[in-house]
Amino acid sequence: MQAICKSYARLALLIALPCSSLLVGQESPYIVTYDHHLEEPGNLEVEYFSTFGAQRAGNDFHAFWVELEYGATAWWTTEFYLDGQTTFGDSTLFTGFRWENRFRPLRAEHFINPVVYIEYENDSEADKIIKEVEGHDVESDFAVSNATLRKEHDHELECKLILSKDFKGWNFALNPLATKNLSPNNPWEFGYAMGLSRPLALKASAEPCTLCPENFIAGVELYGGLGDTQSFGLHQTSHYLAPAIAWNLPSGWTVRLSPGFGLNDNSHHLLLRWGLSREFSGFTEMLHSWFGGRP
Amino acid sequence: MKLRHALISAAALTALALGQSRNDEPAGQVLARIPAKARAKCNPLANDPDATAAGRKLFEQHCAECHGETADGSKRGPSLRADALQQATPGEIFWILTNGVVRRGMPAWSKLPEPQRWQIVTWLRSLP
Repeated sequence: MQAICKSYARLALLIALPCSSLLVGQESPYIVTYDHHLEEPGNLEVEYFSTFGAQRAGNDFHAFWVELEYGATAWWTTEFYLDGQTTFGDSTLFTGFRWENRFRPLRAEHFINPVVYIEYENDSEADKIIKEVEGHDVESDFAVSNATLRKEHDHELECKLILSKDFKGWNFALNPLATKNLSPNNPWEFGYAMGLSRPLALKASAEPCTLCPENFIAGVELYGGLGDTQSFGLHQTSHYLAPAIAWNLPSGWTVRLSPGFGLNDNSHHLLLRWGLSREFSGFTEMLHSWFGGRP
Repeated sequence: MKLRHALISAAALTALALGQSRNDEPAGQVLARIPAKARAKCNPLANDPDATAAGRKLFEQHCAECHGETADGSKRGPSLRADALQQATPGEIFWILTNGVVRRGMPAWSKLPEPQRWQIVTWLRSLP
């Protein structure tokens, strides 16, 4: 047991050492919705998320993903995802990867702040992270066995327009989305996500603290599908309402928890999500030093 | 083949972005484009006895990695004790915090609630 603990400690050191310092995050509680705040330039955020899905007419599942989020500039954040899932009573699979980019076209804050989101997805039909709901995604799609689902592989392009506003401590964000399976003869699919959040206290306390209310941000998300170019609308679509909370610890960790509840018969009754993330500064300098450039 | 093209494009975009992040925009130019209304804003926490200490804590958490522990600057960000900034009004500093100087690499800090941004302004104004 002691040896395992030592190994984990060494691993943690290896991850932390190359980065110059640890940052205290001010992360929003959203798991599906995006606001207009990008990663600070030069920083790397390492994130782990889980989704437990309660499945009718099939086995429950636990889907998980790792995100590496890098602030390339103050106006561009790029992220790389690795996805996997375990379907209870079935199997555990690596389901694919995603490369996401967010661009902020305007240099100052405005009444509404737009961010352009473009993502390439390379995953199998067995992917169950439900990072977004689109088109006619419904619960029964997930009842098929992993062996069958993994045979189909998707290359998808996903575009979102992130519209977000901060007002008196509140954040409101709206993300209309469109996705296209890049194989021929597939229609564009549509969806939406929106979120509302606020820290439990707006002023910071004078002393460092773990449980003080300014470290907690509470919110709620609403997301779902809107059909596709052949049948746009709410028919045969699923929708979720998900309260969410983020706890930004002074040690640099952020913990998120969000139980999502299906709003119609096409939705899972419960999508319980949680996540853990940590932000590191100085990643750009580390890249420069790896490739022999000036720090 | 498509994947290789995608990776080459990604590398080119990364290089472009890393170059862009070093773009310079003199502090005077940044201050000059602050709207008069924002410039005239008063700090609502100027007389709050806890604001300086809270502002220092927030500065250490979010700003010190670029501007240095004592706001003297570092390779990643300028000194905040420079004349141009020390002569800036609280409203001007608040505007820069809120909007960032995105092309120069400073992100917008509007994700911090307004009172927390004013707490940072209070601490910056207290610097000797």
